[in-house]
Order: sequence, then C-alpha cells, then structure tokens
Amino acid sequence: MNNTLAIQNAAQSEVKPLVRVRRVSKYFGDFRALNEVSLDIPAGSVTCIVGPSGSGKSTLLRCLNQLEKINAGAIAIDGELLGFRLQGDALHELTDAEIARQRLNTGMVFQRFNLFGHLTALENIIEGPVTVLRQPRKQAIEIGEALLARVGLSAKRNSYPIELSGGQQQRVAIARALAMKPKLMLFDEPTSALDPELVGEVLTVMRELAGSGMTMIVVTHEMGFAREVGNEVIFMDHGEIIERGLPRAVLDNPTNARARDFVNAVIK
Amino acid sequence: MREPATPAPRDILDLAGLRLVPRRYYGRWIAAALILLIMGYIVKAFAEGQIEWTIVGQFMTAPAILAGLVNTVIMTACAMALGITLGVVFAVMVMSPNPVLKTVATFYIWLFRGTPLLLQLLIWFNLALVFPKMGIPGVFEARTVDIMTPFFATLLGLGMNQGAYTAEVVRAGILSVDVGQTEAAKSIGMTRLTTLRRIVLPQAMRFIIPPVGNEFIAMVKITSVASVIQFSEILRNAQTIYYANARVIELLLVAAAWYLMVVTVLQIGQFFLERHYAKGSGHSRPKAQQPEA
Ligand SMILES: Nc1ncnc2c1ncn2[C@@H]1O[C@H](COP(=O)(O)OP(=O)(O)OP(=O)(O)O)[C@@H](O)[C@H]1O
Ligand SMILES: [Mg+2]
Repeated sequence: MNNTLAIQNAAQSEVKPLVRVRRVSKYFGDFRALNEVSLDIPAGSVTCIVGPSGSGKSTLLRCLNQLEKINAGAIAIDGELLGFRLQGDALHELTDAEIARQRLNTGMVFQRFNLFGHLTALENIIEGPVTVLRQPRKQAIEIGEALLARVGLSAKRNSYPIELSGGQQQRVAIARALAMKPKLMLFDEPTSALDPELVGEVLTVMRELAGSGMTMIVVTHEMGFAREVGNEVIFMDHGEIIERGLPRAVLDNPTNARARDFVNAVIK
Repeated sequence: MREPATPAPRDILDLAGLRLVPRRYYGRWIAAALILLIMGYIVKAFAEGQIEWTIVGQFMTAPAILAGLVNTVIMTACAMALGITLGVVFAVMVMSPNPVLKTVATFYIWLFRGTPLLLQLLIWFNLALVFPKMGIPGVFEARTVDIMTPFFATLLGLGMNQGAYTAEVVRAGILSVDVGQTEAAKSIGMTRLTTLRRIVLPQAMRFIIPPVGNEFIAMVKITSVASVIQFSEILRNAQTIYYANARVIELLLVAAAWYLMVVTVLQIGQFFLERHYAKGSGHSRPKAQQPEA
C-alpha cells in the first residue's frame, strides 16, 4: 500500500487534485456514517469506491454534492471550499442559492435514475441548462440532442421516463448531468437497479465518458469496470477508507482482512 | 382417411366454425329497469305537483337571477383563486426549514380550519366594530365600512378559509412526490424554490387537482352562505323574488338548475386539467413514438 501511495503522490504532484477531502466526518444522530475520511482525486481520473452495504459510500458521494451537510472536516472542489466562504478569520455559511451554484461543478447519477417524471427525455436534459444556466432554449435543445445521440437515444427524445427501460433511463440521466457541463461526475451504483442484460449499455456510456477525460467517482459493484476503467480503487468499511490503490492491487491482493473477505465474496 | 360414422369428440381447442354468444349482463338490465321506473315516478310527481313550470322557465333568465348567477360565478372564481394562492404559499411555508414561516403557517391553518365559516364571514363583515379605520396612517386611510363591502368581506371570508384547507391538500400533493426528484433537481443546481416550481409542484398537481376540483364545486354552493352578510348571489336573489311572489318551489328549482349548470361546466374543465397533468404518469395513453434521427 505504501508503494502505491508513493506512486500516487508522485502523480498528484504533477496534476493538481480536483477534489480534496480532509478529515470529513458525518453523523446521522449518534451514528457515525463517515469517520475522518481524507481523499484527493486528481483531475481526469476515474476513482471506483467499493465496500460492503452501509459502509458510507453513498454518504461520501452525497457530501461531495452537498446533499448531506458534513459535521467535521472540509471538502474543496476545483479549489473552492464547499458550503462556506472564508472571510478574514471567519467561516460564513453559504446560502441556498450559493450552494446550488456550487453544485453546478458536480453532476450526479443516482441508483434509481430519478428522471423527472413529467418531462420527456429531451426535456429532462434541457431543464437544467434552460432554467438554471439560462441558456436560450434553441441552443439547449441542440446540445440536448447531441447528448442524446452520444448516449445512443436519439429515437427516444420525446419519450417519458415511464416509457423507457431502466438502462435507457440511466443513459438519459447521464446525459442530463452532462448537459450542465460539470467538472466532476458522481455515480452512485448506476447499474445496480438494472436487469443484468441492461448493465452493459450503461457501462459502455460510462467507459466512453472516462475516455473523454471526465473526472469520475463511481460507487460500484462492477469489479470488471473498476479493473478496466478505474485509475484507483478505494475500499470503504464502517465509514472509513481502509484500503486504496491501483485496481489490481486492491481487488486482487487486498492487504486488509475485511477487504479480502469482501472481494472474495463479491467475485465468487 | 374416412369420416367416421359417429362424430368423434371435439378437440376443446378446435374453435373453428363455432358461434360466439356474448356474455349477458342480466344484473345491469334489471338495475336499469328499476332506475327508469323510479325516475319515471319522480318525474310524474313533479309534473303533476303544485309547480308552475312556465314560471320556472320565465324566471330562468330574470335579470335578478342572472345578476345573482354572475355574482356567484365571479365570487367562486375569486375566492378559489385566493384560496389556491394562499394554499400553495402556506403549504410551502409549513414545509419550509424556516421556523418563523413554519409557525406562522401552522397558526393560520389552525385558526381558519378551527372556526366556522359563517362566523368568519360575520367577523370580516363587522370588522369596522374593531378597526373603524384602515390603511397606513398619513399615507392612505379609509373607513372600514367602505372597504368591507359584502363582496370584499365574502371574498376574504371564503378565500382565507379555503386557503387553510387547500394548504393541506397541496402539502399532501408535495409529499406524494418522491424525494429522488428533489435530489435530482438539486444535483443540477436548482434552488429550493425553483425545484418546487419546476419539478415538484407540476408532479404534485396530479394529486392536487381531484380534491381541489371537489372544493371548487363545493365553493359554488358555499357562496350561498354569504347571503347572511347581504352578498347578492343567486340563492339570495331567488329568495328575494319569492318573498314577493310566493313562488317558492319554482324559484328554488331555478336556482338548482343554474347551480347544476355551473357545476357541469366545472367538471368538464377538471377533466381536461387532469388529462393535461397526467403527462408521463402512465395514466395517460402514451403518445405514439415519433421515430426521429
Ligand atoms: N438519512 C439517514 N439517516 C440515518 N442514517 C443514515 C441516513 N443515510 C444513511 N444512513 C446510515 O449511514 C450508513 C451509511 O449509509 P450509506 O448509504 O452511505 O451506505 P452505502 O455504503 O452506500 O451502502 P449501500 O451499498 O447499501 O448503498 C448506513 O448505516 C445507513 O444506515
Ligand atoms: Mg449506497
């Protein structure tokens, strides 16, 4: 592990990290979902997070997108402190509108897709650009159509989510997030609500996205994807990162006993 | 192969050449016959009763009745507009993280749902007894009796009472929308209010319209309560006429016919509104796929 970290540090001194997480803790009541998590994510990298259920993977992603407020520590994305403004020696809490603006840096793809049910595929994609970014509708439609083509769904532009398969809905959800031109894409188990035969089409889109240089953090149980596309795999348990490194190192020879048990269980 | 002399037992799946006898709904026929019988009896009773039908026809378009009808329709529309506006505002306030807004809205709903409508109407109408003058001192002042006309007192009474009930309907509608929708809206940078306006409320409408349609129809008839504070809606005007000419049943039938007509129009409107907001819910017929490049 020391070895891989050394390589990582060397790499990171060249590429400035896009995401910096410092000793972040998150409590739900008395329950500690994240325990002093620290993490740097270089720009353009794909980081896969694995770990048992309840280990805090979703919570970490939701903190990065400020869907949850952290209780301790600090997160910066693209050099900007999340949730607070530094003024002299005081930290000022951001307003609802300022937090909404910070969220524009990150796109999020949910396990259950969460497409807007009353809008068609194309309307889902242009909703953010038109109402949040105030793009002219015509321009937003052009970009939206290009994104639909990119995820292979041009023919479904006028379909409502209920008329789409799970795999198609997730591809529209990815296009919707991309329409906001985020610097970082967060995926929370994007394929685990899908029938097995639909997983591939979503992973293909994600693979293409990784190839285009997008910085991605992916919570996933798809070990094949982590191995093939991931630059780094992070193993979480009980709200802590207990192992991290190159996918092969973490997935094939985990040094930590709990990680080894989990990897064996998932692969077998 | 030879045809056998006696027919072989038929294969149960061989349906060719059989005659189809549709299912008979005897229950429906019996029920329909019974209802027709009862209806006929009622119609006969009214036709032979002490009712001057020519007078009913005559008064359908009497100026006082039409004026009352216009007042009823205008009041229904205005009171519901006020009620729905207040309902949405107070529902959002009740669900707001801001404790001040939440408390104010909870108090409003408690107060207006907790007292009889008739009492509220009387208080608005007699507000001059408490505040003889209204307005901003020095800038604008007026005598309360001049402002609290029967129309304005009725509007405030009905609208504010309606707002308290509609707030609960809207709140239920908002709660029926999955939290995933709100999280997805936040994740593309929407603020709380934009999320509500663009994502949550349009989807809540499907759950809000049927009960609000119900209340709209109820409001048409509740306006008649305002006759106690001299608002001249249709029933009050009908009463004024029959106090003079003693044609009680005839004028009540005139009013009933107009109420039914207004309510029918509203029901048709509700049908189209519901169809509009059923978009993407799976309760509307999906439109034909447009194959496009
Ligand atoms: N809103 C909440 N209120 C209370 N506890 C919560 C809440 N959200 C998460 N938790 C708890 O925090 C812990 C971490 O949850 P989290 O969803 O991050 O796990 P996860 O690693 O994503 O698991 P899974 O693989 O099942 O999705 C869990 O024990 C969960 O019960
Ligand atoms: Mg999770």
